[in-house]
Amino acid sequence: MAPLSLAARLHGGVAVLLLAVGIFWGLKVVPPDAFQGDVQRIMYLHVPSVSTAYLAIIVTFCASILYLWKRDLRFDAVALSSAEIGVVYLGITLATGSIWGKPTWGVWWTWDARLTVTAIVFTMYVGYLMLRAFAEEPQAGARYGAVLAILGLPAMILNHFAVQWWRTLHQPSSLLRPGGPSVAPVMLWPLVFNIVAMLVAYSYFLLERVRLERIRHRTAEVRLKRGRRG
Amino acid sequence: MVAELLRRTWAMTWKDVTVELRARERVNAMLFFAALVLFIFNFALGPDREKLREVAPGLLWLAFLFTGMLGLGRSFQAERENECFEELLLTPGDRESIYYGKLAGNVLFMVIAEAMILPLFAILHNLDIWGLLPSLGIVAFLGTLGFSAVGTLLAAMTAHLRAREVMLPLLLFPLTVPVILASVRATDAILNGGGLGEVGHWLKLLVGFDVIFLVVSPLVFEFVLEE
Repeated sequence: MAPLSLAARLHGGVAVLLLAVGIFWGLKVVPPDAFQGDVQRIMYLHVPSVSTAYLAIIVTFCASILYLWKRDLRFDAVALSSAEIGVVYLGITLATGSIWGKPTWGVWWTWDARLTVTAIVFTMYVGYLMLRAFAEEPQAGARYGAVLAILGLPAMILNHFAVQWWRTLHQPSSLLRPGGPSVAPVMLWPLVFNIVAMLVAYSYFLLERVRLERIRHRTAEVRLKRGRRG
Repeated sequence: MVAELLRRTWAMTWKDVTVELRARERVNAMLFFAALVLFIFNFALGPDREKLREVAPGLLWLAFLFTGMLGLGRSFQAERENECFEELLLTPGDRESIYYGKLAGNVLFMVIAEAMILPLFAILHNLDIWGLLPSLGIVAFLGTLGFSAVGTLLAAMTAHLRAREVMLPLLLFPLTVPVILASVRATDAILNGGGLGEVGHWLKLLVGFDVIFLVVSPLVFEFVLEE
């Protein structure tokens, strides 16, 4: 297969550019938060990461269902790739949340509802990646992965309720809430911009990772054919 | 239809129970392991009775779940070791009956282990639980059912993996956090003198979890068993 196409390079370039502008906007241009000061700026990385992570998980879920239905390994490549990227973003979310939590709440970690659910989802998808790594044949790995991703969704929803009843301390969401966002426009726009930038980066990672996975499938096929002939 | 499913499920469960009655591989190991876990808690936490009372529900469920995990892992590995997996797949009829049959066996073995763990735990830590047995039993059964519903499916899956002993707990625990949380909280409230009414919302969560996974798991079980 050819090296990166022009379109892919452009895509990657745009993602880098958007992220750079978004980070500059969030870290330099926007005024500091009235109560939290400069610490609050981590939001411009934290919120885009968590939204992208959950989007990645939904993509994995849908691609898994499509794989079991159509049995096309391309869908599985999407599911696996999206899960991998999702785990990275969940990791960033937990790390940035922790860094923000120390000066704001006074602790690195607390068993708050949303923190806990995100940590559980993180462990679920790390498990998913391990399952894929330990599967003996690719077809079986694809099937098991799809089944796990499908089980993951109701488990996530139930986790959400369970943990919600258990405890809650996190600030309520300031973006998606009844009555419109509660963030000041001067902060809202860079946040939205950063989310878009992160989504462009996600789409770039996803396309490239899927391409790699396809090359891997192709290599395995060629090896198999050679082996048969020899 | 339903009668047929029940008959096949029963056949599957009865096979597992018969094997267990003859070989005594699983339940004996589970019971001994459970006793060891209870024993080791004592060294980990010291004999302070007040402190133990606070963490008792969590300890109790850890003992239940670790012991249950041991049994779940065996349920499909034994089939594989004895090269019975193919025969299992050749059984006529829906695969659902294999799932429900295995599940019933797993729940049964886990309940047997729990029936030993609970009184032993109460004796060792001097807890007065005899009057609470009915409500504790309901919570334990609902929790066990949910844990096994996911566990049976994942056990079938991990039986085909490398490093299968490690993978089952790694996949099962994150998925069953709601069961663990609800069971421990409900047990805590009951041990502190609350009735079933007080833990109503936790029971609802347990029932919801059980129903969802008793429906979803057999639907996807088919994809796990394909060869």
